Amino acid sequence: MSRAEFMGLLLAFIARLITGAQGHWKGCPPKAEQRIYFANHQSHLDWVLIWAALPRELRAVTRPIAARDYWTSSPFKEWLTTEVFHAVYVSRERSDDQDPLEPLVQALANGDSLVIFPEGTRSSKGQPQAFKSGLYHLAAQFPEVQLIPAWIANVQRVMPKGEVVPVPVLCTVTFGAPVELRAHEDKGEFLARARAAVLELRPAGS
Amino acid sequence: MIQWRSLAVEQHVAMLFLLLFIVLSLATLSVMWVVRRELESSERRTRLLRGLRAVWIGAGVFWLAWVAGPVGASLTCAVLSFLALREFITLAPTRRGDHRSLMLAFFVVLPLQYVVAGGRHFDLLTVFIPVYVFLAIPVLSALSGDPERFLERNAAIQWGIMVCVYGLSHAPALLLLDVRGTHGRGAFLVFFLVVVVTVAQVAQEAASRHLRRRPVARQIDRSFSWRAWLLGALAAALTGTLLYWVTPFVAPQALAMALIAGGAGTLGEFVMRALKKDAGVRHWGNAPSVTGAVGLLDRVAPLCFAAPVFFHSVRWYFHA
Repeated sequence: MSRAEFMGLLLAFIARLITGAQGHWKGCPPKAEQRIYFANHQSHLDWVLIWAALPRELRAVTRPIAARDYWTSSPFKEWLTTEVFHAVYVSRERSDDQDPLEPLVQALANGDSLVIFPEGTRSSKGQPQAFKSGLYHLAAQFPEVQLIPAWIANVQRVMPKGEVVPVPVLCTVTFGAPVELRAHEDKGEFLARARAAVLELRPAGS
Repeated sequence: MIQWRSLAVEQHVAMLFLLLFIVLSLATLSVMWVVRRELESSERRTRLLRGLRAVWIGAGVFWLAWVAGPVGASLTCAVLSFLALREFITLAPTRRGDHRSLMLAFFVVLPLQYVVAGGRHFDLLTVFIPVYVFLAIPVLSALSGDPERFLERNAAIQWGIMVCVYGLSHAPALLLLDVRGTHGRGAFLVFFLVVVVTVAQVAQEAASRHLRRRPVARQIDRSFSWRAWLLGALAAALTGTLLYWVTPFVAPQALAMALIAGGAGTLGEFVMRALKKDAGVRHWGNAPSVTGAVGLLDRVAPLCFAAPVFFHSVRWYFHA
């Protein structure tokens, strides 16, 4: 076992110890198909939670998106995102000649699955914010890739904004039924529908 | 009996475990048989099977704890405490302002309590959480400056620590307790406690099945009745009396101690049911999916409530 694999198992173990990281597959089974998982974003731990909730064999082919400037700023961060999580790097500042979705398109063309948080930023208000358009463009370019909505519950209690030590609280990740881009559906409609699909998975009372 | 006394302590315990697993296997077989024969009520059936599985897991963990020695037993119980407290806090109405208190509970209080138990500082073990932590938790919480539902939040945290950490830490403490110079025989006391509490639970369950009495508190537990509870406690007392030779007790003492432990355990289970009902209804629409289908909390609850009561009864009575 390589060091990266060991680190991956260790992180998944810690995530499970602290949060349980239970995956509830309500709308689809955990299968090794090419997928884009999109979820609500409330905490820095969201990615690790989704990743730990996936079965082990799916973890290797499911990749997160990481901001290049932050996650390559030290050798350890770079090693963690490249070797352990196989992250797809995107740059935060826009340049005119490059499409910001380019790295994601490449990864999908490669056959990998992605996890994205279409709100773009963390929301602490409970309700997810409006979705950014990236999900729409990816759906239009890759109609054969399944779009799986997911709701991450309770994670804001594990590590509220401004705290660095997580507190053990059980969390769940609920995966819903695939959302498809309909023929002639416009961007706004699709994004609203995708957001509604995520919201629908929210457990009652949370 | 003379031959029995001459065997080494280790062998005694090993034989006890053998006996336990034989009895468990027989019980499992008979339950399976009953289940196959009468499939009428599937809810009761799943409950019975789940209870059985819990007993097996409990016996397995207990055996592991014994094999691993005092340090291993403390560690095993500490992990159980951690998992139970995690489940409890998930159900409790804590807010952002409780983050520091929860950090204290999980990463300071819990390990310290088990270090204290492992180090045989039984006086400190008794007062550490009810006295010192009782003050520290609300202080940290108040410092975070959130007055909303302050009492409710802090009461929940303190209660959770009392049940999941304080209660359970008495199991390894019992292991290390010397009663009347019977050094190294604490495993028998733990064994006695676990068996007695389990018997009380199973007997109460069976009794309520056959008696079909009107439940005392329908809203909380549809099968709990005083008569069933009493039968459970009496079954525990009987088992305890039969087991008196593994303990430092004489037969009547064993009877009283078993009655106390068994009765406390099943009442603890009853209380935990009320808590789950409360949390399940008010805070989480789908409690099983948030906490996971297997509740550790209601499994360890009988032990959490029975262990301190038993420990302090023994300690007080024998001045150990």
